[in-house]
Amino acid sequence: MINIIIKFDKVSKIFPDGTKAVDDVSFEIQEGECVTFVGPSGCGKTTTVKLLNRLVEPTHGAIYLNRENTAKVDVIALRRGIGYVIQDVGLFPHMTVAQNISLVPRLIGWSTVDREKRTDELLNLVGLEPLAFRSRYPHQLSGGQRQRVGVARGLAADPPVILMDEPFGALDPITRAQLQDEFLRLRARLKKTILFVTHDMDEAIKVGDRIAVMRSGRIVQFDPPIKILREPADRFVKDLVGKESGLKLMKLAKVSDIMVPGVDQILEGSSVLETKRLMAEKRSDILLVVGDQGTFRGVIRFEQLNHKEEGTVEDLMDRDIPTVRDNGEIRPTLEMMLKGKRLWLPVVDEEKCLKGIVTMTQFASFFV
Amino acid sequence: MSERDCDHDPVCLLFCLRPKDFERGFLSILNYFINNPNLILKLTLEHIKITVIAVSISTLIGVAIGILITRYKRAATPVIGIAGIIYTIPSLALFGMLIPFIGIGIKPALIALILYSQLAMIRNTFIGIVHIDAAIREAGKGMGMSNWQFLRVVELPVALPVIMAGIRTAAVMNIGTATIAAYIGAGGLGWLIFRGIASVNTEQIIAGALPVTLLAIGVDYLFVLMERVLTPAGLRH
Repeated sequence: MINIIIKFDKVSKIFPDGTKAVDDVSFEIQEGECVTFVGPSGCGKTTTVKLLNRLVEPTHGAIYLNRENTAKVDVIALRRGIGYVIQDVGLFPHMTVAQNISLVPRLIGWSTVDREKRTDELLNLVGLEPLAFRSRYPHQLSGGQRQRVGVARGLAADPPVILMDEPFGALDPITRAQLQDEFLRLRARLKKTILFVTHDMDEAIKVGDRIAVMRSGRIVQFDPPIKILREPADRFVKDLVGKESGLKLMKLAKVSDIMVPGVDQILEGSSVLETKRLMAEKRSDILLVVGDQGTFRGVIRFEQLNHKEEGTVEDLMDRDIPTVRDNGEIRPTLEMMLKGKRLWLPVVDEEKCLKGIVTMTQFASFFV
Repeated sequence: MSERDCDHDPVCLLFCLRPKDFERGFLSILNYFINNPNLILKLTLEHIKITVIAVSISTLIGVAIGILITRYKRAATPVIGIAGIIYTIPSLALFGMLIPFIGIGIKPALIALILYSQLAMIRNTFIGIVHIDAAIREAGKGMGMSNWQFLRVVELPVALPVIMAGIRTAAVMNIGTATIAAYIGAGGLGWLIFRGIASVNTEQIIAGALPVTLLAIGVDYLFVLMERVLTPAGLRH
């Protein structure tokens, strides 16, 4: 069941100097989703996420977390339930790495044993060896290590929602890419709801399940990355995506995004006669053969049935057909088709069940 | 310089550059210390007492005011300004101003010392806290620390070295100013100095001035050590 965990209802924020930082924004976020907020500086993306933990209070509208109006919740309790990771990390310089990470658990009264256990667990999670890093001070860490500690601190009390405000913005490109990859790995494991602010569209595409593109305090488009790439709402989004959207799409899309589902298929036990009848009915010269459980077995062509009256498809079909997984990446799939000189390939899932096919024509129309 | 010029002045004798005169001068000063150990000790303890009480109370008041003006920043400039004006009043004038209201003795002396210390205490506390990185502030707030928790767990420890430097300045200054407070009957080593001046007794002046100087140097060094011990390990770099 889809559970809406965050809801913004016609929210605006007008600062005392008259700036409309957030302008009548409404959206919903599902539990476990990672939504990236992207846009040029001053577009209101940071203000939008800060509205959730009430570092900024809305001028109009209401914000709901777990169906509760955040304005009516105790602000300290609200913030403790939301992890917060920022670009400049903000580690406390007089505390060790372990003390920094375990601060929120300490404030909410965890026992020392639990805190130590949790700290080591989190250090391992963010790729820092507990023995080596526990008692270091922030000034003894590199930028990347500091941000890892920052992420660990944000996760410390196991909050269901995490706000990340340009967490990798201050890092060099190599460290940033590395941390992004680890972030994706971490996300898959933790299943947290994440609001992720970035000014980098590539980062937004890489880490987000959905992207909220913002301009002048408004959400211009709120869609999954593939849709943003394929159908940018306007010129602004298109420019933000930049050139080479086809290449970006190729990195992002999975075989299942491109495949044609529900192809003509026949059971492997079927007789030649039945097969011929189905081919005539479907006006098709080729059928995919599946087993009882829908598992892919092979391919049968019309010419293979010529002058045959007896037997089953199983005896006649072509078994030596390469397949691709539905969650496979696009580039290797394309490579496979080009090398094997194949115009199409069957797509199967984990259990080898037939899901559909990918064709060269599909590729061509998808990326253009 | 002829021998007759400073026949009875031990300090002058010390600088005559003649071993015999140096010895005479030195012995005459030493004699005063040997003959009046209880008096000097009593006055030194009095002096320390005045300073310790003044520094303790002014730390409490000054740090509290310093914290308050970080919360109400608009008050910061006027408050520090007033503390600065008080600081520029000559000590004798301040003592004199207090006498009609509080009379003489240790009370007006303490009040004056506490007033003088406020500039160093308030300013250092304010600067130490205000200069904490904005990212640290935002992280602390965002992770759900209350105002009080943030003050106790982050602001005060991080600002501690700067606050300690303020206490150190105030302490050393108070030792000096407490000497003058003897003039309004607060006791302490200043008593010897004023008596010595009045009776042209150089030995007595030195018996007051020397311990005051040593006390100031000693306290300054003590605070250097304390700053080192109290600075959180993460900030020592």
